[in-house]
Order: sequence, then structure tokens, then C-alpha cells
Amino acid sequence: MKKILYILQKEFIQVFRNKTMLPLIFGMPILQLLVLVNAATLEMKSIDMYVVDKDLSSLSHKLINKFEGSPFYHVSGVSFSIDEANEAIEKNQADFIMHIPYGFERSLMRENSTQVQLLIDGINGTAASLINAYSSSVINSFNRNIIVDLTKMPQIKELNPIAVETSYWYNPELNYKIYMLPGILVILVTVISMFLAAMNIVREKEIGTIEQLNVTPIKKFEFIIGKLVPFLIIALFEMAFGLLIGKLLFDVPMVGSLGLLFGFTVVYLLVVLGIGLFISTISSTQQQVMFISFFFMLVFILMSGIFTPTESMPLWAQKVNIINPFYYFMRVIRMILLKGSGFWDISREFFSLLIYAIIILSLAVWRHRKVA
Amino acid sequence: MQNQSNYIVEVTDLKKSYEKVDAVKGVSFSVSKGELFGLIGPDGAGKTSIFRILTTLMFPTDGQVSVLDFDVIKDYKKIRSNIGYMPQRFSLYQDLSVEENLAFFARIFGTTIEENYDLIKDIYVQIEPFKDRLAGKLSGGMKQKLALCCALIHSPDVLILDEPTTGVDAVSRKEFWEMLIRLKDKGITILVSTPYMDEANLCDRVALIQNGEIMSIDTPEKVIENFGRKLWAVKSDKIYQLIKDLKSLEFVDTVFPFGEFLHITLKTEDLNQDELISILTENNHKGIQIQVIEANIEDCFMQLMSTSE
Repeated sequence: MKKILYILQKEFIQVFRNKTMLPLIFGMPILQLLVLVNAATLEMKSIDMYVVDKDLSSLSHKLINKFEGSPFYHVSGVSFSIDEANEAIEKNQADFIMHIPYGFERSLMRENSTQVQLLIDGINGTAASLINAYSSSVINSFNRNIIVDLTKMPQIKELNPIAVETSYWYNPELNYKIYMLPGILVILVTVISMFLAAMNIVREKEIGTIEQLNVTPIKKFEFIIGKLVPFLIIALFEMAFGLLIGKLLFDVPMVGSLGLLFGFTVVYLLVVLGIGLFISTISSTQQQVMFISFFFMLVFILMSGIFTPTESMPLWAQKVNIINPFYYFMRVIRMILLKGSGFWDISREFFSLLIYAIIILSLAVWRHRKVA
Repeated sequence: MQNQSNYIVEVTDLKKSYEKVDAVKGVSFSVSKGELFGLIGPDGAGKTSIFRILTTLMFPTDGQVSVLDFDVIKDYKKIRSNIGYMPQRFSLYQDLSVEENLAFFARIFGTTIEENYDLIKDIYVQIEPFKDRLAGKLSGGMKQKLALCCALIHSPDVLILDEPTTGVDAVSRKEFWEMLIRLKDKGITILVSTPYMDEANLCDRVALIQNGEIMSIDTPEKVIENFGRKLWAVKSDKIYQLIKDLKSLEFVDTVFPFGEFLHITLKTEDLNQDELISILTENNHKGIQIQVIEANIEDCFMQLMSTSE
């Protein structure tokens, strides 16, 4: 058992002697959390709007003013020609066109109804539906006021007989940052542990030091524990560091038990380190490690539910997610931090990952023997 | 040691095949206690494969191999504690210092530098001034010395060195062999491989190996004795033309270039020096030098190689 300590000691000397390691361990979380949490937003700001106002009535002006007054919109062009407007969309100068047809005001006066056309650039489906939703809500509220304005009669009562009162649980202001931060933290911790562990072992192969180690009486489990524990510790440190940044800079709520979160993180890291170890047993150069882990990482991250809820994925994709470690941790970290879930709420994920860890570690250990 | 037989290493009919090539084709040899045994042969002869099997890094395809009376397949763990191995490529931690490397390997074997300092003292004093330097920043000769220290630190019974002097300058090579001979005097059995024929003379016994087969095992003196023919060294101004001419002569058996001379053997023992000179002068050669010389290991090797073909 003492030999494990010697290996650990050696690993830590090497890790901290490596000039890129310290910036990586401290710099990466700060940079990633600061940049990504702020950048990876689903909110739309300064939507470029192109106005084609063929009516030029006071009503159409009021409608345009309503948009201009909102911080979300920016009028990028005005014209009478719908062709010019289309051109602006094609040149990417506008995100959508609001087309107010001739007779907009008159038809409202006479027939009590009128029309506005919204032409939205649909290349980015998410953005388009957001623009649609925002704009519709602007027009809707404009609608309600028109009736008051035009009839010059105070509205007696809310027109809707059923009032919908919405309140968002766990994240009442729909602050996407406190939703994104745990997700990005998951990626960060995973990248650090999986890459570093796999690279470290393959480096020993590349330099040939593994030969020298293999002729020593080190037992296989001593070698593997000695290799995995340093990265487990570094990843846990990374987790704590990231949470601290989240608390200080983004005021991420930490409703649940941190002890539970770290307990779950350890199980999760066993899986990730197991995958890293497994990758290292099937590759012989650091380059191969990079490619293989990059491939899996990309698929796993995009399917993990960091941006899109996994429940809305097709059924087969949800089945694939059973082997996606990110998927479990992404759910659990949010549940614990934001919802305050207890152990029994996450027990399914906990035991799934535990079984996963056992399987992948045994697989890696088994493969490792064949190589050595 | 618990040696029942007199042999430290015993290899019987060892075969090793990779996917496409047969690297070792039925090799047998044995090494006695305290012997300095050399495996001499060119690159690709199978030296490294044999050593990797002896050090339990690789399983043999066929044949019996035992080190210190332990089988390399069944008892590989026991072998590992009792051998020191120095791979062909420098394989210590480049980002650890000299002292850290040595201390790490000592501890892994459950010992300390102090405990076996006597054994490595002669070698370690030479690199001790640089003990805080990273191993990656050492010169080639220094690296070899450090690697040897690391292979010795647990006081192994057998030392297996795979081409320790390849890529090392002549002075360091000489020093290195002096160190090996001192270690042998301390009772350590040493197996060493080398492509340099001149190093063969320093071994107690050598195995000449080529294409995965051992051509001859004997003491260097016996190997040379077995050459058993008259060897001539020939030189002229136009050495390339000389090779061509000699090869076309009917009574010439073998021609091998050795530095500035050509070493030749003849099919007949009847010719004398003057007759040879006159034949070459007829072929327009000038500045002819010719003499009978003692065969060396390399000559034996070349001869064995050409007969085995």
C-alpha cells in the first residue's frame, strides 16, 4: 500500500512541475465560467428589425414606437419596398421584417380588425421562434391598449375569463446563468479529469517509462489507483473552485447539500476516470487519446441536456443517454444546487453511475493487463 | 538464491512471432551465475524480443524460458523483484530530477537509496553533482549512468541491458563497459545486447544472433578460434574497383569491407602474398597493401552470416 503513496507523490511532483498544468487548473475554470456562462445565453437582445410601413398612419407609428422603445429591438432599416427589405434579410442586415400594409389604420377603424405581417429569417430556428414570440407579445400588448385608446372607454374588466398566473419554480426570474453555470462546471470537471488521466498514462507509454514500471513489482491496482487518485483530487478541487466562482460572481443558489453533491461527484469522476483509463489502454499516442476522447466528449456534451432538455429528444436518443455520464451529472448537479434534491431524489442516477463506474473500471483494468 | 540448477537464465527453443514476422525462431541458451553474457547481432536480429521476454514484458509464443528458476509466464511477479532491466530507449522520468528518479525506483522496489548505495556508489558519484538536474536535461552518457543506477538500486541478481551503448560516444562506451565488469566482479549476472562487435571481446560468452536464430555461442576466444581460416587484409588506391575485381576472381571466397581495408578469405591455402600482389597488379591496381591478419569477432560474424545464407 505504501507504494501507492510513492506513486501519488511522484504524480503530484510531475503535475505541478508541468508548466501548463497550473494555469490550466486555475485559469481554465475562471475563463470558461466567465465567458461561457455569460455567452451561452438563450435570451435575444438587439434584434435587428426592418420596417416596411406603407400606411404611415399615426397608428402604425405608435406600433413602431412600441418596438423601438423596447431594449430588445433595434430598427436597422426603413423602406416602402418589401423587396429592399428582403434584400436586407439576405444580406444579414435584418433578423425580421415588420410589414405594415396600406390601409392598416383605416381597416381597424372600419372593420375592427387589421393585419401586420412579420417575415422572420428562419435560418436559426431557435432564434426565429424567439423573435416570433417576443414580437407577438409586443403586438399583443399593443392590441390590448388599442381597444382602450380607440373606444375611449375605460376597460371594465380583464377580458379573459380565465386568468393564467405563471410562476417559475426554483428559478423564478428564469435567470439562465444559474442554469448554465452548473452545466458548464460539469463539462469543466469532466474535461480536466478524463483528458489528464488518459494523457498521463499514454505519455508514460510514449516516453517508454511504462516499460520500466512494468518490470517493477508494482501491482496493477497500485498503479491504477496511483494514476487515478491525483486526477480525482484535482477534479474535486476544480469542482469546489468552480462552485466558489459561481457563488461569488453569479450568486448561484446552493439549496441542496454540498456534501451530497461532492459525494455524487466522486462517483461520477470514477466513471469519467474509468473512461479516460480505458481510452488510454486502447491508444498508444497522446494524439490518439485526443481524437478519441474529443469525439466522445462532443457527442456526450451535446446530448447531455446542457442546452436542450433531454426529455424533448427522440426516444432513441434518450436511450443512448443511458451510457452518457454527462447526462446523469448534468441533471443531478442542477437538481441538488437549484432544487435542493436529497439523496432519494437522485438515487436512481447515483446507483446507475455506480454500476457504470464498476463496469467501466473493470473493463479498463482488464484491458490494461493485456497491454502491460 | 534458491538455485537448483547452475543456470541463472535458461532458454530452450524460444519462439516469438508477431502478426507478420517471426522475430525469434527457436533460440536456446543458458547463462551461468556471475557470467557476463553478450547477445551480439545487428538491428532486427531479435535481441530486444528475447530481452523483453526475459524481463516478463512479453509472453513467448513457444518454448521454455526461466530466469532464476522462475518461469517467465507462471512466476513473472517473482522475476520482476529480482531483475534489473535497462531498456534500449531511455525510459526514466525526464521531468523528475536525478535523485527523484532514483528514490522513486528504490521505493517502488521497497528499498532505499542508502540501503544499496554501495552497489551504485561507483557510478552514482559521477552523476551526483547533477542530482538536482532533471533527467531530461542530462547528456547521453549521464542518462545511461542514471538508468544503470535505477536498474541496480534494488540490488538485483540479474541485470539485463538492452543495447546500453547504442548512441553513446566512444569514451562513455568504454567507461560503461568498465562499470559492467566491476558489477560482474560483485557477483551480478549480466546479460547485455549490442550491435557493436568490438564489445563482444569484453563478454565472458557471446551468442551471435541473426534473423532470430543463434549462429554460435561460445567464449569470444573460441569463436575466433573457430574461424579456422587464413584471413587477408587488402588495400589499394581504388578500393571500389578492388572489391569488384576480387569478387570476380575464382579463388576468392569472401570479401567484406572493414574500414579502409578489405578482409578476404580464399578457397585455396596455396597462394602466398607475392602471388596475390602480382595478380592484383595485372588488374591495374596501385598502392597495394596486403597481409595476413587475426580474425576478430566481426569477421566470424560475417562468415557465419554468409554460410547460414
